[in-house]
Amino acid sequence: MLIYAILAVPLAAGAVTAVVPWRPWLGWLTAAANGTVLLLGIWLAAGAVHRHPLGALHGVLRADALSAFMVVVIGAIAVLASGQSVRYLSAETGQGRCTARHATLYTALVQVFVSCMLAAVLAANLGVMWVAVEATTIATTFLVGHRRTDAALEASWKYVVICSVGIALAFLGTVLFYFAGLHATGHPAGSLNWTALMAAGHHLDPGVVRLAMGLLVLGYGTKVGLAPMHSWLPDAHSQAPAPVSALMSGVLLTVAFYALLRFKAIADLALGAGYPRALLTVAGLASLLVAASLLLTQRDYKRMLAYHSIEHMGLIALGAAAGSSLAIAAVLLHILGHGLAKGVLFLASGEILLAEGTSEIAKVPALLSRRPVLGGIFGFGLVALLGLPPFSLFVSELNMVRAEFAAGLGWAAAIALACMAVIFAAVMAHGRHLLLGDAPPQGARGVTPRLVAVPLAAGLAACAFLGVSAWPLQPLLQAAARVVVS
Amino acid sequence: MTGSAYPGVLGVAAGAVLACAVVTLWRRDLRAVVSVLAFQGIALGVTAAVLAAHARDIGLAATAVLVLAAKGFLIPALLRRIVRRDPGSRETAPLVNVPASLVAAAVLIVVAYLASVKIVALAPGTASSLAPAGVATVLLGFFLAATRRKAVSQIVGLLLIDNGVALTTFLLTAGVPLLVEFGASLDVLLVVVVLRVLATAMRARFGPFDLDQLRELHD
Repeated sequence: MLIYAILAVPLAAGAVTAVVPWRPWLGWLTAAANGTVLLLGIWLAAGAVHRHPLGALHGVLRADALSAFMVVVIGAIAVLASGQSVRYLSAETGQGRCTARHATLYTALVQVFVSCMLAAVLAANLGVMWVAVEATTIATTFLVGHRRTDAALEASWKYVVICSVGIALAFLGTVLFYFAGLHATGHPAGSLNWTALMAAGHHLDPGVVRLAMGLLVLGYGTKVGLAPMHSWLPDAHSQAPAPVSALMSGVLLTVAFYALLRFKAIADLALGAGYPRALLTVAGLASLLVAASLLLTQRDYKRMLAYHSIEHMGLIALGAAAGSSLAIAAVLLHILGHGLAKGVLFLASGEILLAEGTSEIAKVPALLSRRPVLGGIFGFGLVALLGLPPFSLFVSELNMVRAEFAAGLGWAAAIALACMAVIFAAVMAHGRHLLLGDAPPQGARGVTPRLVAVPLAAGLAACAFLGVSAWPLQPLLQAAARVVVS
Repeated sequence: MTGSAYPGVLGVAAGAVLACAVVTLWRRDLRAVVSVLAFQGIALGVTAAVLAAHARDIGLAATAVLVLAAKGFLIPALLRRIVRRDPGSRETAPLVNVPASLVAAAVLIVVAYLASVKIVALAPGTASSLAPAGVATVLLGFFLAATRRKAVSQIVGLLLIDNGVALTTFLLTAGVPLLVEFGASLDVLLVVVVLRVLATAMRARFGPFDLDQLRELHD
């Protein structure tokens, strides 16, 4: 029942917004629906820590501790994003850039997008999971292009073409797992189910699994934004409306990574840890190097945030490469911490864009003195993303590095730390100009509305709270890590 | 289908899928390319139908009908409407010229056969020994999408990849469960619809254009 409710609530809200002419209260309705998903996710998680996994729809859907954790992450960022969507749409319609019909389309598609992500993490059948991940691409295309400028159109074209190619490779990888499973068990029933493949893990043909895992890392890696298939990400994330960027960067990337974690667990059984580890280490380090080299020269703060996502996905890939339960628990905490901090930062960047009318760093100096609340939120968000205490990203990065050293990946951790140092310096330089800088005498000043400031500050506070004491999450993180670590 | 005709018919159908992929690299006229894609979709549907008849598999027969309708008719019809509105729809200056593309195609097909050795070895049989044709189609689709500059060519490249994956799926596993197949087909159809809307919007804005004219976004 709980699983059906989690999938039905956001979809139902989306259906209402699709048929009723757009009014701001419809936006609040979707925020309430996504808030309900968050609460149901916490309920699901509380149960999943102790009980057996829940199943639904004849074994097509399944919720274990890992799925429940991802539902909580999706719910948390979806609440923040759909709340701010109301403000984005009101501003756009107010300035005549957006008709009521476009606002309806936007609100309904965001709900479809959220539902697809929920379906992806609740699917037991790996084929259904693939269908749901591909559906997120379709739902988000028009959201990325929602501003209908030349650049937005170009970004959405690249986004669909590159992600669809990537995801097609992931389907081939999924089919090869199915083929190996059919051969190992001898009967087709359930061979696409994750649990069945885990049970048959030791008997899967290593040659086929090796090829399949390579395709999956490349394919789902495209949606995660791992190098070398990352090139769509900075364009799409910088052109999309801020709430959509927050959802894409905060959760969509990690939902795709969740798919990789599931396949890695099977491949670990079939091949031993060495091969999946090598793939993820290479992809992770390549992403970190790309992010470090391109962050230095960024002139646009939304692109800066997008490249920062590539860095964090690289760190998560390295953490997953280490693969111990400490590492996976840290990866999951990082997924939540990054989602909250990056979500808040993208939403704040949308507010800056709205107030200042440009996304160039050079044209937006001295925010702290001109718009203290907004500047403060942006500043603390950057501090969180750079992995400084008290935010949870500090704890998760520390634990990932510890796990990497323990797993014999110390050299990779050292390269990662060097990249992080470069990124730290680059972001500090950009951030210093943006937040401090020299305030131009005629520079606009403004007060940030409470409906913006309070939710964003709450998101950062949650991130800091998890950094100081992760006790409410600890049992869940450990239970979720046990799901994929054998 | 039983008896001696089965390996031959299956080989011709699967071979036709790969041959169509090569022809898309050879032809520059985009209307011809879309027709070749339609033929490939039909060949793919026939492959699934032959396998279904041989194994007496109702699920796979349903999949064959689905594939034939979606990839043989519906998707090519959607593409044809973009191409028809643009009379000069030729791939005038691909990044790699046609003779070089065909040489690359030969290399990619060899690579596909080498990469599939482990797959064929796991379950030797008539159907699985043809699986490298599917993998080769995927690689050719990749190549087409990477080296062509018209929007329609990139969509065709994407669909070649998808058809190659579908061919491999049929030959190796007799098709994924119907629910997944249905979802996957629906996704592909929607992607094509989305790309068509985008291509139309881009042409309204930029006129007849090559994709490398898209230069707004870069670092």
